[in-house]
Amino acid sequence: MSSRRVVITGLGPVTPLGIGVSALWTALLERRNAVRRVQAFDPSRFRSQIGAEIAGLSINDFVPKSYRKAAKIMARDIVLAVVAAHQAVRDAGLRTRCLLERGEAVGEPNLDSTRFGANIGAGLICADLPELAEVLHGASIDGQFSFARWGAEGMNNLTPLWLLKFLPNMLACHVTIVHDAQGPSNTITCAEASSHLAIGEAFRTITRGAADVCICGGAESQDNPMALLRQEIGGRLSTRNDAPERACRPLAADRDGTVISEGGGLVILEALEHAQRRGARIYAELVGFGAAHDAHVAAQPGVPHPEGRGTAVALRKALRDAGIGPEEVGLVASFACGLREHDAAEARALQSVFGPRAGHVPVMNVKAGLGNCGAGSGAIDFIAAVLAVHHGAIPPALNSRPLDPACGPMNVVTDGPRDAGIEYAVSPAYAHAGAQNAALVIKRFRA
Amino acid sequence: MNRRVVITGMGWVTPLGHDIEGVWQRLLRGESGVAPITLFDARTFPTQFAAEVKDFDLRRFLGDRYPAHQTCSRNTGFALAAAEMAWRDAGLSERPDVPPDMIGVYLGGGEGPIDFENFVAAAIAGWDAGKRQLDAVRWAAVAQERLSAVREFEQNPNCAAGHLACRFNAQGPNFNTLTACAASTQALGEAAMLIRRGDADIMISGGAHSMIHPLGVTGFNRLTALSTRNDSCVTASRPFDRTRDGFVLGEGAGILILEEYESARRRGARLLAEVLGYGSTADAFRVTDMHEDGRGAIAAMRGALADAGLQPTDIDYISAHGTGTEENDKIETLAIRQVFGEFARKVPISSVKSMLGHLIAGAGAVELITCVLAIRDGILPPTANYREPDPNCDLDYVPNQPRRANVRTCLSNSFGFGGQNDTLVIRAVA
Repeated sequence: MSSRRVVITGLGPVTPLGIGVSALWTALLERRNAVRRVQAFDPSRFRSQIGAEIAGLSINDFVPKSYRKAAKIMARDIVLAVVAAHQAVRDAGLRTRCLLERGEAVGEPNLDSTRFGANIGAGLICADLPELAEVLHGASIDGQFSFARWGAEGMNNLTPLWLLKFLPNMLACHVTIVHDAQGPSNTITCAEASSHLAIGEAFRTITRGAADVCICGGAESQDNPMALLRQEIGGRLSTRNDAPERACRPLAADRDGTVISEGGGLVILEALEHAQRRGARIYAELVGFGAAHDAHVAAQPGVPHPEGRGTAVALRKALRDAGIGPEEVGLVASFACGLREHDAAEARALQSVFGPRAGHVPVMNVKAGLGNCGAGSGAIDFIAAVLAVHHGAIPPALNSRPLDPACGPMNVVTDGPRDAGIEYAVSPAYAHAGAQNAALVIKRFRA
Repeated sequence: MNRRVVITGMGWVTPLGHDIEGVWQRLLRGESGVAPITLFDARTFPTQFAAEVKDFDLRRFLGDRYPAHQTCSRNTGFALAAAEMAWRDAGLSERPDVPPDMIGVYLGGGEGPIDFENFVAAAIAGWDAGKRQLDAVRWAAVAQERLSAVREFEQNPNCAAGHLACRFNAQGPNFNTLTACAASTQALGEAAMLIRRGDADIMISGGAHSMIHPLGVTGFNRLTALSTRNDSCVTASRPFDRTRDGFVLGEGAGILILEEYESARRRGARLLAEVLGYGSTADAFRVTDMHEDGRGAIAAMRGALADAGLQPTDIDYISAHGTGTEENDKIETLAIRQVFGEFARKVPISSVKSMLGHLIAGAGAVELITCVLAIRDGILPPTANYREPDPNCDLDYVPNQPRRANVRTCLSNSFGFGGQNDTLVIRAVA
């Protein structure tokens, strides 16, 4: 069982550039950019007032009718995951409870629910600030919070299920209910590294035989005042408010931070024989996973190891796991999102792993038009990299010129889309604060 | 060929103390860590008590070996202290022979307590009572003034795992899982899988959590999940008893050192127990309720037994999730009956939550440590506060008194809100 091959059969991106595979891929090829002035709330007090938002999302389009009322207890992050799950499952041609009840699939389920696992990355989900502020305000006396009032009456104004809106495992909880996934289930909460770690764990779950199919990835919304504030006081945001589309400049010399975003994605991983038995379309094969930690200055949580040590270790482990050397890699899906130190550290890690080839191996980056959506970011990168391998085309990186000389020689693909026969792609990810690192190796599928 | 996984060190920070032996003796005596809440003014809350960690001073554990402790959250502090104990208990030095990238961390760490005073000040200032909406500009003005980058960072669930990596130079795989009350059992199970597969030789694993803060107690009170026996809080946690009325919130951490068997033996480590089996499932049923037939719990226990290559009759002791809520204890009993059949009445079951309260993400790790100690000493911790049998809970819960028993193999359950079920099976090392 330990040598089971794992393939990617469904992709469900939910992004400010589009929902679903074709919307995202088209937008990337057409060089679209979703960064605008923030609309969800008045950002004018913040130094960074821009971000990438998803407009017009209705949960009703993605869950069975019987499940609509559950939307009331879903934080935005959970909604994004439920939407992503619907997209991924439908894209994979899986006949789950949700699709059958919605009439989007007919017949019997084509997978065993007890062999269907979930592993979903989640962020530190923000409490619904307006809801909480109103109730806290009601329990204050002359602008001062009163514990006595809160305990006696104030808290009763919160809905009984209030806590469940924000538990990070509620992404997986709702997704597993809606799609009847009763197999091994996990929630990874490692900030920006979450999606990769979740996908990697799901990969291991299938290779060791504990599940045949896993839905995995991550989602997060930073499109709220609390998340924006956290990013701002962490010193991670661009202040190019007058030029939103040019604000997020991964690897560029004049980058000044990232922008907030929301979104993510879930993907379907499947044991090869399971996928073949049901005649599934196979995007690519997942062949390597590595995880590591910078183990460096936690006292300054936003600072990566200057040489990108954790990223390099994760990349090396993933390549070893895939049984290949760096010379076989035809594409790097860069995780850089415009942060001064992190982008440079990632570049150093690539130089350390690829040596003299670091200036030649093609690098893609999709962050400029999407920003950073925390735990969901990696899933979008991974999906874009899978599509690049599948289509043999590299979408152009926006805003990365002029490249930062401090990032060393790098072959960032900014023209194009560029056609490329890619045998192997690697996708690294790292938590901006917390310093968890992960890398995944994607291989063009050959039976 | 499968690599075997052994437990070589343990540490905990609990409402009954911070050392392995002392807390273990208190548990065997049936002592309670529950008392009125002192961390904030809960005198008007529906629940006014909890099992708090007392007299905790992180410096006593860390000295100046790790300066970051000065700013770390309550969660992180518990995790660092417990890990420090576990690392030393395992006989690991500052520079172990294992390469740093083969030492990893897998925690079930909770989110750090919110920066309540400052958060609330901003929320109250930001609420526009006239328009009945949040004024983001007013809110931000106060929040920018009062919230700090470090205190916000310390709320991230991946924060404690990051600190442990830095403290122990653990450059290997680093994860935090947050599957609610199942998190640290999940972390230990996944950490064991990592070692088995060869992704690491040593894993620092377990969990840490404190939800004894105003919004934590609020959240659970609104769910009516907590006991409200304010007049008799010391005996309020009553797993499997007919009069149980909810769980009691605890806090703390449990950390175990997991190691690859051969590597642990080579360095002459004490082999406390072997991690034999792990099962993980989802109920996929309802957000709030366990599946009424215990479907997910049954599958998790069966999965762990199958992974261990054991039969139910091989199990000498079950450390129950046993929260003291009406639903959990009934359905857990039902699930154990399904899995163990006739044997269910013969296998002793207890819940140390009766004494420690519910450490949420930290619970499973602390409970697994009690399993290791039960194996070591041949004695089972009791379920305290057990007075009135419940017809729905008709098994042997080791009521009130510890019991001598030949314990070689234990099964430990953790079930989380949202339907996560995790089970571990450990055994004495042959």
